[in-house]
Formats: sequence, structure tokens, C-alpha cells
Amino acid sequence: MRVRVLIRPKAGILDPQGQAVERALPALGFEGVANVHVGRLVELDVEDESRVPEMCERLLANPLIEDYEIQP
Amino acid sequence: MKFGVVQFPGSCDERDALLAARLVGDAELLWHADPDLKGVDAVIIPGGFSYGDYLRVGAIARFSPVMVEVDRFARHGGLVLGICNGFQVLCEAGLLSGALLPNTSLRFVCRQVDVEVVNASIPWTAGVERGDVLSIPAKHTTGRYWAPDPVLDELEANGQVVVRYAPGHNFNGSARDIAGVCNAAGNVMGLMPHPEHAVDVLTGSVDGLRLIGSPA
Amino acid sequence: MTTLARHRELGLTDSEYELIVDKLGREANEVELAVFSLMWSEHCGYKHSRRLLRTLPTEGGRLVLGPGENAGAVDVGGGMAAAFKVESHNHPSAVEPFQGAATGVGGILRDVFAIGARPVAILDSLRFGEPSSPRSRYLLEHAVAGIGHYGNSIGVATVGGEIYFEGPYEQNCLVNAMCVGLIETRKLIRSAAAGVGNVVVLFGARTGRDGIGGASVLASAELGDEDAAKRPTVQIGDPFEESKLLECSLELLDRGLLVALQDLGAAGLTSSSAEMAAKGGVGIDLDVRRVPLREADMEPFEIMISESQERMLCVVEPDRVDDVLAVCGKWEVNATAVGEVTGSGRLRVFDGGALVGDLPVTALVDECPAYDLEPLEPSRPLYPAPSPTISSDLAADDTLLSLLASANLASRRWAFEQYDCVVGSRTVRRPEQADAAVLKLEHGGAIAVSIDGNGRRVAVDPYRGAVEAVLECSANLACVGAEPLGLTNCLNFGNPEKPHIAWQLTRAIAGLGDACRALGVPVVGGNVSLYNEGGEGPIYPTPVVGMVGELPDPARAGRLGFSVEGDAVALITASWAPSEVGSELAKLRGDALEGALPAAELGSLKALHAAVRQGVRSGVLRSAHDVAEGGVAVALAECCIAGGLGAHVDLAGLPLFAEGPGAFLVSAPHAAMSAFGAAARVIGEVGGTALAVRGELDVPVHELARVHADGLADLLH
Repeated sequence: MRVRVLIRPKAGILDPQGQAVERALPALGFEGVANVHVGRLVELDVEDESRVPEMCERLLANPLIEDYEIQP
Repeated sequence: MKFGVVQFPGSCDERDALLAARLVGDAELLWHADPDLKGVDAVIIPGGFSYGDYLRVGAIARFSPVMVEVDRFARHGGLVLGICNGFQVLCEAGLLSGALLPNTSLRFVCRQVDVEVVNASIPWTAGVERGDVLSIPAKHTTGRYWAPDPVLDELEANGQVVVRYAPGHNFNGSARDIAGVCNAAGNVMGLMPHPEHAVDVLTGSVDGLRLIGSPA
Repeated sequence: MTTLARHRELGLTDSEYELIVDKLGREANEVELAVFSLMWSEHCGYKHSRRLLRTLPTEGGRLVLGPGENAGAVDVGGGMAAAFKVESHNHPSAVEPFQGAATGVGGILRDVFAIGARPVAILDSLRFGEPSSPRSRYLLEHAVAGIGHYGNSIGVATVGGEIYFEGPYEQNCLVNAMCVGLIETRKLIRSAAAGVGNVVVLFGARTGRDGIGGASVLASAELGDEDAAKRPTVQIGDPFEESKLLECSLELLDRGLLVALQDLGAAGLTSSSAEMAAKGGVGIDLDVRRVPLREADMEPFEIMISESQERMLCVVEPDRVDDVLAVCGKWEVNATAVGEVTGSGRLRVFDGGALVGDLPVTALVDECPAYDLEPLEPSRPLYPAPSPTISSDLAADDTLLSLLASANLASRRWAFEQYDCVVGSRTVRRPEQADAAVLKLEHGGAIAVSIDGNGRRVAVDPYRGAVEAVLECSANLACVGAEPLGLTNCLNFGNPEKPHIAWQLTRAIAGLGDACRALGVPVVGGNVSLYNEGGEGPIYPTPVVGMVGELPDPARAGRLGFSVEGDAVALITASWAPSEVGSELAKLRGDALEGALPAAELGSLKALHAAVRQGVRSGVLRSAHDVAEGGVAVALAECCIAGGLGAHVDLAGLPLFAEGPGAFLVSAPHAAMSAFGAAARVIGEVGGTALAVRGELDVPVHELARVHADGLADLLH
């Protein structure tokens, strides 16, 4: 089955990529945008989805600096 | 003294590290796929873009066969020095605390920086004195050192902060100007600036040789 | 649609198509038409420049490999050769600057390691519209990021370059990338395919639709909105893949496993196989079904013309193929046998068992039409005067500060700090330390490299402007103590079918050739980029010159900054007749591009360069800097800024900001300077905290340094 893992920078850690995007949007005419964070998406076909959290812990994300969310 | 310099696909500075190590001892390359440290006394994990920095810097390299051996070697007190990408790999592998994040400017910066020696009591700093200022090139996109505050407090209390950027020289936003740290036992050290590029008066300073040559 | 109309869409003229039919003995099919349209394109065929390029000196001196191979090479002593070349990636960079610049670097790196040399240095010459234009700022930012991304990731030091901003480049930016590599001279490999029955192996990345419909003239009419899968794709570079490809290629060559090697660049498999076959006087059979693909359902013509990056083609004896595949396997590089060398003299393209294209090799390469240009000197100005940014009655102090802060003269630190200039442990002189980059060699000597071009001054006078570009490069090398060994050039011009552009190209190549002959520097190879024009008109005619030189003792490599208080400051000149025509000052004032550039007496200038070079090598001169853009006053300021020291000089009426070849600004202890002789005109002394020119200007060095350091960043944000 197809699984998506969203990986986000942990709250509280400076996210300059998110800040750069947040600054760029008003310059293009998009107002009212706040709290932008930039992360990563990993998509995979797996036979055993119960193993995905372990994949996240060990490789796909760095739990010290990132949070992850698994979407079926 | 025999040094082993790990080589991953995508390593850049392994030849430079080899040249530098050969100025103070014997050195050879350790291919990533080969879990054999060849009886070296110290391992250097060099700079570069191992595995293209894919997924996260150092994330894939830390699982290569040679790193299993480096891990074992380190936990038994073996001397390990991680430079730039090597520092990133050691953090991903859990041999050092903290993580390296993108520079606040989000840009790659290559610049000669001054770093101050904070801890001169580990094997990798035996050749320098506390307070010495070393001029060494730094060149990276992902060099902002970070750890949660309690961890940083502990590192400082334990003397695990080894080198700090001199005032005005921290271009990447590293927490508390930390440029390099070591593990609790002091045998594993990581730093972002490149001592292997400061070993020849012709190409700049020779301050880097004082670090690389420390254990020899 | 009949094939007759089809050929026009692919950029072939009616007479070219008739020639094709004549050479084939029949009409061309889709695959054959695609192949001809690319091989006979200006980019691959050099139709409008080939005859002129033959007038350049390409032999003699220390040249060991001349034009015609992937890169050229010169002997640098100790059994070693320096391989180098410059290439343009202008049009792709205008479309997608990050990837365009990145793949430009990737391509030139491959050209160098395709002849067996390990790349050790990258330099880049960039030209954009004025920084007031958001588009130009965008192109600059992303091109610099792309060059950094590729060069840094693959671990080759980017040690020099230039960036210029001029209105005429607004619609057509220039991205020229140069690479230098090192190899034992006896190991240089050529690309001629040989040995009937030998196997053709493709190795590197998989083949996708990169470049199709974009860089080539193809398929624009074939794409329907619903056909998203076939949309033209920008070439995407992967430096990690290239890093593996480089090591793999060098190991294959080191082990003597290859008969020939060629990289895949413009027109992909088509041009590589055709050129390899043509050079070897043989034929090649290719089966596109065997090419590893990244995308499904690619047509044979797409596979033949794809410009997917990081791929090489080699010729291997049948009993060495397994060894080749094993080396590739070790480096995690895909490798597949895709064809064989034949005695047929034809390029035959198969799709599995079916023959889908059958072309005579010589028709594709050697018999590509070459056209004579019809040059005509323009009777009226081709370019508008630049917009003024300063008033002509500005005081000298403020004029100097304005020049130092201007887009073309401000510090390039913003850009070069994005490049790794130390990897490889060879860099003896980094950007802003000296007029040229210096890299040390194993045998104790060193090489120096510089890349220099000019557009605006060539627009004023294409002949003299081109001569100046060559002189500038040689002068930069002299300042570090290096003697030029060879030259590579990239000629960036507008549409050569227009008589005034033809005139620019003809005169510029004449100037290039005369300067090279006078200086005794052979041309090792280069590149031509034409049709750089849009609705607003053509770019300035822009020859870009890269030179490699040698110096015996890297410890004596020259520096540009004043370094010791009390040292004498002098001008060493010959045939120096500077004027404000075509100068940076004239540009800031908004002067029209008219008048005459000074004539250059090449014999005297060659002797002048040799004298400065010797002064640096012997250690007599403590610093040496070429007087170029901005004239003497700017050169003085740059030396003060670099050294962090002031100077007080008396120019006795010499023009402050006039430009022209033939002057060096040097410093040395007084005693040493007088030993230099009458050739050195002492104008003052190093000292104090300001640059003071008697009766003209007096500005603190920290002020000069501040505007110089902040100039570019201020213009970009």
C-alpha cells in the first residue's frame, strides 16, 4: 500500500526556509500569511505498514530536530 | 600514528584529509562499503556531500558498513574526528549530541574563520592551548549547530564544547557560537571548519595541522 | 505534414534539406531528420563560425592537444598537462538559471575528464542586465547558486570568474563556464572510435526527456496541451551522479580499459556517436532499445537527442567489456552495451531489430555546411547609450566612490563566498588576493588561471576590444608571475546572418587571432554561442577568454594589495594611451558608445607583461595589479582595500579614470623599485589610512572598503 510521510522541523527550532517563504509571499501580493514551515514529503509503497514508524525513527526523520506524520 | 580516512560516494575532502594526515603520520582511505578499519589508530570522517546529502545531511552515510565499525571503534575509546559532513554523520549516528541545521542565511558560505580553543584536554586538542585562536576555512550550507538548551548546558558544563567561533566569525547561526564538540569520553570530536585545509603555508594557515597532528 | 515543411520547423533551410536528400540519396525519415537538424544546428555545426575559427593560431609553444577534442591541453612541466576549455550555456540559463548554470558546469567538467584529466578548477564568466531589473537579479542569484551547488558538490574548487551587468544582456544573459584539469601528458585520451567489432558502451545516468523541445529546435509543433508527458524539459544536473561518473571514468582510463571516450553534451547520443565515428573514420550501429531509460515510451528520436546529463560513451574491446561493467558497478554507475563500431562509415540507429535511421557519418559531421559571413560595418549605433547614474560634474572623490560601488566594480565577495575555493588543497591565491587564481602542482611549480571578457568595449571597436580581452587575461597572469601557455575562448554574439553582427564577429576573431599570435599563445579550443538577441536587439559582442599560465615558484605568486608602509608605488607602462571612451566612467555618465579605443602596440605589450612577470617572480615587486576598469584611481583604491593600507601619490596630470591596456600598478621597497629601472615610474608611497592623489582626491581607506564591500549586496536587495 501507498504511504506518505510528512516530515516537519520541530517547533521552536529556527526554520530559515520557512521564514524565507513567509517573506517572499507578500512580495508577490499574497497577504495574511503566517507561520510558514518547510519540510519534506516521502512517499513509499510498503507491504507492512506497521513498520513505517520504525523507518521514520531510524532513517526518514531525525527525531531530535524533526516531527513526522504518517498518512495512509 | 596511522589514520584512516573514510570515503563515501560523494565525499569531497577525503583526499585533502589524507594529504593532511600524511603530514603527521601514515594514512589510508577506508572505503564505505568495507567494514574494515585496517587497524588504524584514528579515524577521520571527511567533508563533502556523502550520498548527495540526500534526505538529510549524513543520514544515509551513517548506515554504511564502515560506520558500523567506526561506531564500535568509538564506543571502545578509538579516536574519531568528524569534519563538516563528518560532523553531521557523527551526530546522525548518535556518537555526538546535537544536530547540524541549515545556515541561517540559507546559503553556502566559504570563508576563513577564527575559532577559539575552549577545551585543550582531549586527544584532538593536545597540540593547542585553551584560548588559542586558530584560522581555518569553513565551507558549508548546513553548519548551524543546535541542541536543546538542557543539552547545551550539559555540554558546556562537561567541557564538551571544544572550539567556538571567535566573535564576529559565526556566520551560520550556531547555538552559543559552537564550532565543534566532543563526546563525554573525549575520544570523538566533530567540528564544522576544515582543519585539513589549513596545513600548508602556501595555501593559507597551518593552524589545522595543530589539531590533526594532536594525537600523533 | 510533409517532410518538406517539417524540416523548416526543425531549423533547417530549404537548401540544407536538399543537400541532405542528396547525401542520403532519398528523403530523410523522422529519426534521420532529427539527427541532421541537430548535427547541422549552429550549436553543433558551427556553420557561421567554422571558417573564421580556422584563422586562429592553434599550434606551437606548449600545446599538446589542440581544438577538435573534448578539451585542449598544454604542457605544464613535470610530465603533466593542464587540460582546459570554456563553454557557454546561455540559452538554458535564461530559461532556468539554477539548472542552466549548474549543467553548464557539469558539461564542462565532463569535457575535461573525457580526455582523462582530473578537474581541479572551475571559473565562470557571467553577464546580465542591470541589477535594477528584477529579472536580472533573479538570474544572477540563481546562476551563482547553481554554479556553487554543482561545483561544491562535486568537490572541484571554483577559483575565479567575472560578473558584469549591461543593458544589452537583459534578454540574453551569458553564462560561460571554464574548467581546468590535470593529467600526465602521456595518458591523454582521444575520442576517435576505432576497431571494427568493438563495443560501444553508454554509462552514467538514465536517459529521460531532458532538453527535448527546449535547447533543440524540435517538436514545438508536436506538443499538444494534453501531452504533458512530452513537454520540453529543462536539463537537470545531479553533481552526485557526476562525482561517481568522474571517478569511474578516471579509473577506467587508468586501467587502460577504453579505446575511446566521449561525453554526452548538446544533442546527446547523436552528436557523441557521430563525432566519435567521424574522427575515427568508422561507422557505429546503435540500438536505442538497449539504452536505460528514466521515462517510459520514449521514441527512438527522443532517445537519440535527449540531453540527459551525466552520461558518457566509450568504445571497448569485446574481451574488456566485463571489466568495464565491473568498474562501473563498483562506482554504482549504470553501464550498458548499446552498440558496436562498424566499417560502414554510417550511423545506423536500430530499435530492437528494426532499422529506424541510416546516415552517412561524414555527412553529419565533416560535410556540415559552412557559410561565409557577409560583414558590413554598421553605419549607425547598434546600442543605446547606457542610462546615466552620476552627473558629469561630480567631484573626483565621489566619482571614485561611485565607481567602487557600481555593479561592475564592486566586490564580488557576495558571489565567490558561495563557492568552495579550497577543496583539492591546491589553491595558493584565492579570489581578491591577486589578479589571477594560482594552483600548486605536485612537481613544485604552479599554474595560474584567469577568465576575462569584454562586451561594451568590443561594441565600441570589435577588433581592438577583442585584442584587449586577450591582453587583459595575459596581464592578470603576469601579475601573479605566470607566463601564458594557452588560451580558450567563448564567442558570444548576436545573429551572424545580420551583416553588422557578421562584421562584429569577423573583426573580433581577427583581433583575437592577432593578439594570440603576437603574444605567442595558441588557442587550445573553445565554443561559439550565436543568435543571442531578442526584440530589444543583440547583446554586446562578447568574446570571453580563459588562459592558463605557469609559474615556477608558488611561494612567489604575486598579490594585488599594498602590504608594507613605506614601499614605493609605481606605474609600469608601455604603449599606454588611456581614454574615457568605452570606460566604466563613461558608462556611469551615460555617454554614447562612440569614439575610438586606443591602439595597442602588441610587441611592446608582450615585453611589458614579461617585465612585470619577471619582477613578481624575482620577488622584487611586493604587489602587482593590472590597471583596467576604472583606470588608475580605481586600481589604487583596490590595492589599498586589499592591503588595508593607504597610499599618497602624485599622478602629475594622468587621467584618473581613463582606461586602456598597457599599465600595471606595483609596489616594492624603494631600493628594489629603482633597480627595476626607468620602466617603473614611481608615483608615491604606501602609508597612512587614506588614498590621497595630490590635487585630485583624498578618501579614507575604510570608506573605500565599505562602499566596495557593500556595493553588490546593496544593488541586489
